[in-house]
Amino acid sequence: MKVEKTWVRITPPDNIPLCQGRAVMAGGREIAVFNLGNRFLAVGNRCPHRSGPLADGIVSGDTVVCPLHAWRFSLETGKGASSASASSCVETFRTRVEHGVVLLELPVESAVDKELPAVCFEHGEAANWSESSSTAGD
Amino acid sequence: MKKLVVVGNGMAGVACVEQILRHKPKFEITIFGDETHVNYNRIMLSSVLAGEKSPDDIVLNGLDWYQQNDIDLRLGIRIVDVDSAAKTVTGDDGSVTSFDKLLLATGSLPVIPSIEDVKKDGVFVFRNLDDTRALLERSRPGLKAVVIGGGLLGLEAARGLQVQGCQVSVVHLMDTLMERQLDEIGGSYLAAKMNRLGVTVLLGLSTTAILGNGKVEGVQFKGGRSIPADLVVVAAGIRPSVDLARKAGLQIKRAIVVNDYMETSHPDIFAVGECVQHNGVCYGLIAPLLEQGKVLAATITGNKGPTYQGSILASKLKIMGVDVFSAGEINDKVDGSEVIRYEDPSLGIYKRLTLKDNKLTGVIMVGETSDSHRYMEWLRGGTDLAKLRRQLLFPGPGDDGGLDAAQMSDRETVCGCMGVTKGTIIHAIHEKAVNTLAQLKECTRASTGCGSCTPLCQQLLKAVVPEFEEEGKKTLCKCIPLPEDNLRQILRSQQLKSVQEVLEIYGNGIGCEICKPALSYMLDMLWCGDHEEDRSARFINDRVHANIQKDGTFSVVPRIRGGVTSPDELRRIADVADKYKVGMVKITGSQRIDLLGVKKEDLPKIWADLGMPSGQAYTKGVRMVKTCVGTDFCRFGVQDSTAAGIEMERRLENLFTPHKLKMGAVGCPRNCAEATVKDIGLVGQEGSWQVVVGGAAGKKVRKADLLITAETTEQALDAAALIFQYYRENANYLERTYDFVERLGIEKVRKETVYATDAVKHGLRDRLRKSKARSQDAWLEREKPNHPTQFVQIRPLEEVFA
Repeated sequence: MKVEKTWVRITPPDNIPLCQGRAVMAGGREIAVFNLGNRFLAVGNRCPHRSGPLADGIVSGDTVVCPLHAWRFSLETGKGASSASASSCVETFRTRVEHGVVLLELPVESAVDKELPAVCFEHGEAANWSESSSTAGD
Repeated sequence: MKKLVVVGNGMAGVACVEQILRHKPKFEITIFGDETHVNYNRIMLSSVLAGEKSPDDIVLNGLDWYQQNDIDLRLGIRIVDVDSAAKTVTGDDGSVTSFDKLLLATGSLPVIPSIEDVKKDGVFVFRNLDDTRALLERSRPGLKAVVIGGGLLGLEAARGLQVQGCQVSVVHLMDTLMERQLDEIGGSYLAAKMNRLGVTVLLGLSTTAILGNGKVEGVQFKGGRSIPADLVVVAAGIRPSVDLARKAGLQIKRAIVVNDYMETSHPDIFAVGECVQHNGVCYGLIAPLLEQGKVLAATITGNKGPTYQGSILASKLKIMGVDVFSAGEINDKVDGSEVIRYEDPSLGIYKRLTLKDNKLTGVIMVGETSDSHRYMEWLRGGTDLAKLRRQLLFPGPGDDGGLDAAQMSDRETVCGCMGVTKGTIIHAIHEKAVNTLAQLKECTRASTGCGSCTPLCQQLLKAVVPEFEEEGKKTLCKCIPLPEDNLRQILRSQQLKSVQEVLEIYGNGIGCEICKPALSYMLDMLWCGDHEEDRSARFINDRVHANIQKDGTFSVVPRIRGGVTSPDELRRIADVADKYKVGMVKITGSQRIDLLGVKKEDLPKIWADLGMPSGQAYTKGVRMVKTCVGTDFCRFGVQDSTAAGIEMERRLENLFTPHKLKMGAVGCPRNCAEATVKDIGLVGQEGSWQVVVGGAAGKKVRKADLLITAETTEQALDAAALIFQYYRENANYLERTYDFVERLGIEKVRKETVYATDAVKHGLRDRLRKSKARSQDAWLEREKPNHPTQFVQIRPLEEVFA
């Protein structure tokens, strides 16, 4: 089954301070949205290691460092970016800013299983995550 | 044995002697130096001025080297005359020394422009170690310093003085800084960088007079404009020192004329270094002088054969955070030359390559010089770049800037100054059991010149010697590779107040979870709270003033000074625990109460309901003072530890420290509140207090060291305040007091705190007072949040349908 995606209006950009993240519940998911100054990036908020809130992590370039045990993830690709997190990944979501609002692209179907085991994709495939995961959820 | 007399104990002369010693026959060698120092690395004087290196650090040949090689070293003697017929030299002490061969390595002298009153007190040149020492003695924070000359030396002097805290202006005659190495655009990028460091750059100004009555008060320019100055450094260039050569009757044009064999017009008199010209060119930079020395060594020892063919001019500005590299031909108007430019004004990066017939002829780089090695190789080797056209400005994928030691061929030069190839270094490592940088320097001389190849040498050592450990101090992290004590000095002198600024100027512009909190701490401490607070550089605990738990909830520990609370406070705590369904209420090891499992958005409400200040149980800062019941109730107490502890907590609370700081105060040596295993402890005894520091009862158990015995409670609290502020200012981030005290030794700590001069103690108290005055209970942010969404979970503007 092909899952539709839709853009969801989240919050004015000012609500996410520069180089910080904020957690948001949208479409049944907990998502961490980060303000990198020239763009916003969004990933699943829970670290695959011990579910640390990534939105509370320190941003380092285009990566975030989990506040619990310093696992690092690329905010662009969702891939693990430290030796500990190398074989893990987090889901990524496309963002855009329109009429003074940050939007996230979310899968329409809210029943997607959030507890799916982490599966890593090569660069460029991360955006297709929900399509693959919906198959696994069937 | 024939006698060789060397006039000049500088880098070029001594390097040439080092080469001569490798040849046969041997000479009986005498070296005259008019300075009173052994041979040191003149290029590093700017680092001495900047306080990054001590004079001892820059010594190239210690006294033992002269002794081991049977060299008669005569220091502090200036040779004033040469008799080329009688083959003698005469010193300013009247001594006459005969020679068979004479080597003139007289170097150069500073050019003193014709400026009125240039000899006034407070005017310096910057050429040798004594000049540097004099400048260091005179410079003070706040002093107005004017550097005349915007070339390499002038800029390095300016930066050094500025690190010493002076307000520095650089006055340059031309419209472009370093115009002999840079083009106009490069110069403007450089000027912008200097301005950013806080050095004022004044261009196109001709200095006409030094103003002031007796001592310097200002500098006047053509046209009448003047600026105030307490100190002036003249760095307007150098000229070859040729007086002796003239007396010897040598052929001189601008400098002593030498041929390809480094011979002068006299068969037994030779010259090397900045005082010679070869094919009409004088070289003032180290690498060519060493190449000349090699050739001359062969010629002078009768092994004539090697020739000197001139050198590629290359120079590098040695100012941290201001990277400038220039090599080869600077003029891009040469017929048939192509120019390739890259500019990024917001990053301050400028690169310009000049090519002719697909070969690199010149390169200019400002702001980013990591590729300099690659370009030097292309210049030296005359590499055909036809196939590399797409990778001229940026190395191709997988090639990290030509700095990858493994990819270099053995023939490639690692140290351009000393002409040491990778092959030579690898050979030395294998054959001579070299495994430290110091040994490598001694054995091959690599990295003893300008020092820019040091990382590459270390990389090679690391690759070949498994047990190699990088020397020097531990640096903060990869993002900002400086030791923390250097960094503290830099931040203070550069007036840097925000983490991002520091990262951009001295680091990679990005930062990470290690350096960002460390820099945040440093800036807060250095500026006594008057810095630009950047919460994105703080750990989550310091963004929301609570301790993050494994499930992402937080814990709340209100301040209960000295562990003394009241029924009313306890009732409020109980009510809060009920109201917010707190997961666990726990008495902590620090005589406080912990409310665990709190949601982030509940934090401000809980703090308001508690009506108690933050206990800082989440931060690298003052935690608490644990006390015993002291004299009020206890049968044994001899000091009122409860009151003393509460007062100590009140005086130091709300402040950040390099690591968490726990204190204790006990009313008698029975030590019920365990003060002797706290970071700072007060131990009451009959008629006095022992103030102790550096105790630990964590991963490591350590009994605290006695700092001082104080007669009154006030004296004890003052001693505690002194050691507290001293620790704040001198410990590395995440260094507990017990490691800090062990690293420094309690004697040193005592000498610099409780036994320091009144001025020093006053300074510590004063800075602590300032920090304290600007600090506040972090939980007050419940009313005035740092950011509107500091504690709230963002709700989407629209719901997603199911």
